[in-house]
Amino acid sequence: MKGLLKDHGMDYFLKLFLSGTAKGSIYALIALGYTMVYGIIQLINFAHGEVYMIGGFTALIFGGFFYTMGMPVWMVLLLSVILAVLFSAAFGFTIERIAYRPLRNKPRLSALISAIGISMILQNFVLLAQTEKYLSYPSYLPEFAFLQPFRQYINSTQFIILIVTAAIMVFLTALIKFTRIGKAMRATAQDKDMAQLVGVNINQVISITFIIGSALAAIGGVLICSYMGQINYYIGFVAGIKAFVAAVLGGIGSIPGAVLGSFILGWTESLGTGYISSDYEDAFAFIILILILVLKPDGILGKNQKQKV
Amino acid sequence: MKTRIVLSELFKALGNAVWFSVLLFPLMIMKVNVVGGKALVTFRWQFVPFIFVSSFILSYLWKRALVWNEHRQDKIASDTLYYKFKKNVQTYFKNQSIKYVTLSLLVAFVVSFPFLFGMYHTNVMITAFIYVILALGLNIVVGLGGLLNLGYAAFFAVGSYTYGLLWKYIGPNFISAGIDTGWLFWISLPLAGIISTIFGVLLSLPVLRLRGDYLAIITLAFGEIVRMVLQNSGQITGGATGISLIPRPWFFGMKLAPKQAAVYIYYIVVVLVLLTIFVVRRIEDSRVGRALEAMREDEIACQAMGIDLVKNKLITFALGAFFAGIAGVVLAAQTTYINPDSFTLWESIMILMAIVIGGTGSIPGAIGGALLLKLLPEYFRPLAQYRMLIYGVAMILVIIFKSDGLLPRHRKRYTFEEKTNSNASAGAGK
Repeated sequence: MKGLLKDHGMDYFLKLFLSGTAKGSIYALIALGYTMVYGIIQLINFAHGEVYMIGGFTALIFGGFFYTMGMPVWMVLLLSVILAVLFSAAFGFTIERIAYRPLRNKPRLSALISAIGISMILQNFVLLAQTEKYLSYPSYLPEFAFLQPFRQYINSTQFIILIVTAAIMVFLTALIKFTRIGKAMRATAQDKDMAQLVGVNINQVISITFIIGSALAAIGGVLICSYMGQINYYIGFVAGIKAFVAAVLGGIGSIPGAVLGSFILGWTESLGTGYISSDYEDAFAFIILILILVLKPDGILGKNQKQKV
Repeated sequence: MKTRIVLSELFKALGNAVWFSVLLFPLMIMKVNVVGGKALVTFRWQFVPFIFVSSFILSYLWKRALVWNEHRQDKIASDTLYYKFKKNVQTYFKNQSIKYVTLSLLVAFVVSFPFLFGMYHTNVMITAFIYVILALGLNIVVGLGGLLNLGYAAFFAVGSYTYGLLWKYIGPNFISAGIDTGWLFWISLPLAGIISTIFGVLLSLPVLRLRGDYLAIITLAFGEIVRMVLQNSGQITGGATGISLIPRPWFFGMKLAPKQAAVYIYYIVVVLVLLTIFVVRRIEDSRVGRALEAMREDEIACQAMGIDLVKNKLITFALGAFFAGIAGVVLAAQTTYINPDSFTLWESIMILMAIVIGGTGSIPGAIGGALLLKLLPEYFRPLAQYRMLIYGVAMILVIIFKSDGLLPRHRKRYTFEEKTNSNASAGAGK
């Protein structure tokens, strides 16, 4: 640590800011799924990170298979992403059916433990069925020529991640605000019993929420693994924790909140490591979390929930 | 009629088998390896029948088990064998002399354990007992106070490092002054308790306004910050390599062989466990304990009754932290080596799992859960590869089929028994 705030000029700041933005959009992709599930059944879905890891692996496997079959790169990318999304969504659906549905009316801590159990099972399943090594991750993402002049600030993968995150956020907000299923989701989130009384099939709504969340996690998995260039059975857990922090930071249950929280997390980490010390990258995230929660206990965009007796 | 139901269930199981065969296809059947930036896929077709058959059987059993679980509650109330057995056991233990005989047998077993089994098993038992102390401590926070703490390992670390740092910095003075370094253990035991308590109070300050999952995440953050500070302040704490050669506790100035030392620490930890159980039991029924339970049930109603929430939360965290600190000192003395890797988030989650599986808020539950979670993996070594997988499955099974935990807490209630014979009388009972 050489003195607080080393002066490196505007260029350095811009670089850090953009890498923080890229990081933030990565967290956002996972945090969105987290916050959706939480918003509906108030469950910290620890297995979400694992679904993201499985998405990454599935895309790697199918991508490798199609590539060796000699398909063009764009088709490999498209097919592997679609298959990863389908399989992850199926995983999310199955997990909810097996591990969360039987516990829906039990104390919330039970479902949390069940989620941790699922997380352990999936991690070790992938460890045993695939490999314990770090595999390098071949990227099938395109390189954009128009980004060439800005190469030192932002690369194509980062650019794609940013665009995709923004698109998904808009899509989700629209889905929840304007569609029938979105209305059902909001109703379920507010009051499950009441929603059932007015004819909402809450089992279906919860299943759909898990499917959407897991599909997002899979997209995140493919993009993030392509960006990082490697994959391992354990990446889901760490990413899951970070995304959870981001979701809480922004106010858990709120979709713009999750994105905002993720960006704040990304910027804090990248500016903190750039200006103060790189040893404490994760600590900056946690310190900013504590500060914000002390000042605003429901997160930045969280609704202040009145507790009733 | 009956056969039709069974048939339709079998048909559903068949559907599930197909579903799982497809679901697990990419991860089980295809195996990927990346060589020179190219992903190569090999197929393992031999797994297909295995997945299909096992998921068929498992999904059928799962369905049956869920149905059985739903109707179990009614069955327990009625006149089943299980109920009779349970009732018999209960009346059996009402008998004072039988209770004492069982208890003394248990005590005899615990006391003679290090002599009956080898040093390996003694060490395993010490670790398990350390977890019992941790589980009991966390049980105050989560079980009684209802405050979900995901950073409990931090206090465990504070305890361990109190001893470790004391040894690192004061130890040389002790050696040059000719005092037995084993004394450091006895100094750090209360000191670690106090320092951990201070940390507990420090953590509870930002947490006072928070509830539920926000509280959980902030304790998680706290735990990780403590671990990172220990890991990164290399000059002070030894960084990732930690502190080694920590002395064993003083025993009348004798130099103990590793085996004897293990036995000695075993007895120390047994005494500490008993002390913890005693204290936690006393707290549970005290004014503070009842206030904590009220806080768990409803914070606002609790405030309306004139209970000071701030004070209660402080007490909860402080008490929980105290026991973790003590457990940390014992850990350092047992392993003689500590590093930040022993205090990760997983550790906190494990302790939490122990109390939830045992039964949140229940003292026998916390003890049972901690022993189960620490001993089972130890004796499943032959299955080491599949250990964590089995662990996860077992956890989900317990939580779904016995969501109150294995030894749930029975709230104290006063019952009125009708007089049937001369020595039965109306009175208070659990």
